[in-house]
Amino acid sequence: MSGILDIDHLTVTLAGEDRPKPVLSDVSMSIAEGEAVGLVGESGSGKSMTVRSIIRLLPPGARMEGNIRVRGVDLGTLRGAALRKMRAEMPVIFQDPRAHINPVRSVGDFLTEALRIHRRMSRAAAEDRAADVLDEVGVSEARRRLRQYPHELSGGLLQRVMIASALLAEPRLLLADEPTTALDVTTQAEVMAVMDELRRERGLAMLFITHDLELAAAICDRTAVMYAGRVMEVRASASLLERPLHPYTAALATARPSIERKVDRLTTIPGRPLSAFEAPDGCAFNTRCAHVRESCREQRPELRTLLDGQVACVRVEELQAVSHD
Amino acid sequence: MTEAILEVEGLHKTFKGAVAVADVSFSLRPGAALAVVGESGSGKTTVARMIVGLERPTAGRITACGHDRSHPPRSVRERRRRGGEIQIVFQDPYSSLDPRQSPATAVDEILRLHTRLDAAGRRRRVAELADLVGLDERQMNVLPSELSGGQRQRVAIARALAAEPQILILDESVAALDVSIQAQVLNVLAGVRERTGVAYLFISHDLAVVRQVADEIVVMRGGSIVERGPTAQVLDNPRHPYTRLLRTSVPGPGWRPARRATRKETQ
Amino acid sequence: MTATSVVRARAGARAGRGGLGPLGVTAATVIAVAVVLAAIGPELASADPNASDFAHAYGPPTPGHPLGYDSQGRDLLARLLTGARTSLLGPLWVVALGMTAGTAIAVVAAWRGGWLDSMVSSVLEVMFSFPGVLLAMLVAAVFGPGLTSAVFALAVAYIPYIARLVRSAAVAERHKPYIQALEVQGLGAFTICLRHLVPNLLPLLAAQATLFFGYAMVDLAIVSFFGLGVQPPDADWGVMVASGQSGVLQGYPAESLLAGGCIVLLVVAFNVLGERLSDGRRVHRPWRLFRRGGTA
Repeated sequence: MSGILDIDHLTVTLAGEDRPKPVLSDVSMSIAEGEAVGLVGESGSGKSMTVRSIIRLLPPGARMEGNIRVRGVDLGTLRGAALRKMRAEMPVIFQDPRAHINPVRSVGDFLTEALRIHRRMSRAAAEDRAADVLDEVGVSEARRRLRQYPHELSGGLLQRVMIASALLAEPRLLLADEPTTALDVTTQAEVMAVMDELRRERGLAMLFITHDLELAAAICDRTAVMYAGRVMEVRASASLLERPLHPYTAALATARPSIERKVDRLTTIPGRPLSAFEAPDGCAFNTRCAHVRESCREQRPELRTLLDGQVACVRVEELQAVSHD
Repeated sequence: MTEAILEVEGLHKTFKGAVAVADVSFSLRPGAALAVVGESGSGKTTVARMIVGLERPTAGRITACGHDRSHPPRSVRERRRRGGEIQIVFQDPYSSLDPRQSPATAVDEILRLHTRLDAAGRRRRVAELADLVGLDERQMNVLPSELSGGQRQRVAIARALAAEPQILILDESVAALDVSIQAQVLNVLAGVRERTGVAYLFISHDLAVVRQVADEIVVMRGGSIVERGPTAQVLDNPRHPYTRLLRTSVPGPGWRPARRATRKETQ
Repeated sequence: MTATSVVRARAGARAGRGGLGPLGVTAATVIAVAVVLAAIGPELASADPNASDFAHAYGPPTPGHPLGYDSQGRDLLARLLTGARTSLLGPLWVVALGMTAGTAIAVVAAWRGGWLDSMVSSVLEVMFSFPGVLLAMLVAAVFGPGLTSAVFALAVAYIPYIARLVRSAAVAERHKPYIQALEVQGLGAFTICLRHLVPNLLPLLAAQATLFFGYAMVDLAIVSFFGLGVQPPDADWGVMVASGQSGVLQGYPAESLLAGGCIVLLVVAFNVLGERLSDGRRVHRPWRLFRRGGTA
């Protein structure tokens, strides 16, 4: 099996204060050409670390095991120029665009820099190209925007500039790390619409990181749920939301209040989300799970294929049988 | 209809010529929960800050528990009385607590200010408040750095309730929390309102959370109120186009993001 | 010894976590040894630091007088040890006075904001234009030379530097939600500042106090060198560097070198420690950044 991105048994350990701190533990997933995969989780779940591992932007002292292949090429074997080229082909759209754009350079400089340096385009040609893409991502008066500076643009507009810059690299794979979390809901809807539309038109694959299960499900073909540095469940988005298999996914879905109706009390998950370094033996969710059994504490459940995806829970079949009675 | 416990009339605020809040009026009944909904720049947080006295209104009147609070307090006593009427819980759990103070000490400090309880009485009250928000004794006696975001927010709620205020303003108080923690804190808030009868003024951008907490909604945009009414009515049948836009922007089952502006065709 | 004891307490706390580093720990040790010697040194020295015996002028070390004698035949070790006390107490007073006044001004300006803040900032700007040492000499010239007037003058000269730094930190702290929550509770401004705001600035204050201690030591030594600070025959390192000058010309540099060496060693130690303390304050564990970033 070879998609555009294959992550195989990825384990990442950071240098801790007194001992190494695992942040990802045996993560495997793959993205096919043109497919959008959502990666959902709470703090410490390792979703952002997964992206950082892919672009090899880990803090100093981090150790990586397992491998990540992009179109069959093992990223671990790449060095220097080859690594930079690979990075340029899978741009990341971050949560805070302002932190990732040089505030003293104009939007035009920012967008055309790569074109002029790497593709040796003339300034005029590069600006034409940048203006076209800005127009595509729904930025009005693209020509004028090229002369503006980041502080003159709103968060939503700046995030579109980031998307435009990602598209200028003509990537096959887009990495998005909570790209709309800092935006207002109405702006989020528009930015998501732009990303979704362009992605489909161009047949781009996308890894979309978010804490919002419903947002991921709405725009991704498949959604993976992470907890404590592990993948708990990967399924087709619609069925994941409709009929979650893993107890954590189910609990996460019901913990979120619904805009449709008020309930007397929300169904909560006791305790707080754990990070990989705090995870107990066996299933990482066993300290908070309502359906925990002795076996859940003894052995770590493998991610196994079930229905339209994969789940890491030994009790799935039992629980599903009960819930359908 | 009972008399309002908080009355805001014709509130205006301008910052260096820029209008932040324009002609905002609403009222809150004892024990009720009113949500002020809006996006960034709507002026909702400025309204909250004017009510608790952290900003001075440019014009308009604020009356709480029968006392006017449109002007800064004139005496120490008045300032303290206001503290006993309205309290606020902020958004960021990481900077809402003094990093050098344990939750128990923080709550105790407020009790010293507002009550005449002796040491034993205050200890009992601290335990009661901890129980109300679901914190155990160990958590009450460590420094905030050892608590998670959700636990810190519970401390902030307990501290706010120590003065037994009639009104609690929650300024995006659950917005920075993880989904599973947010649900816990929302349940704590529901329990607190049932047990103490405190009224909530809930400032939020999150319509789903608002549905869970509030009886009534005020929708703000660009400093003014564009729509108001009972929560269910406003969310199920929004009348103002902006409220409708807000409503349709929320992802949910079957949701597809749609571009509002028609895309200009190129080539 | 309030300022130094705060510093040392913090130094100890950080050293346990390796925050100071070997150099920082060495600096802290040097300072600690100097403080102990200044406290009990004069009792240790067998000789009277002011007893001159011209028969031994510039005399080499002898048993009981391990560092030899100065131009007037006074025991050098005894003078160094006695001098340590004035050389450390002077800067301590400068720092204590300067930090207290500077912090008070900064906190009031930060708390009130508005016109008061602008006015304070303007006054500080004007004060910046007076070099501390010159001001100290001027004051000494007008009010008569001596340690007291030099200490007061230097403390005043340091206020704008301290106040500017503390003000920006205090402004940031003042707008934090926990301070505003206390305001809403009805707590008085004075209580909030004294019990919450200033204590949370302590790490910064300790680091700055340590740095300024080093500066004050050099400045006071300069003033004393010019004869406007500590007055002979009282021992002081700055005075010793000055009175050793004639010895240097005659090929007996011991007095100037020893006193100068003590000053340099301690100033370097204070600067290193101050820098380590302020670095430690700003170190964020990368962990927290990632975890916060992932929070909804």
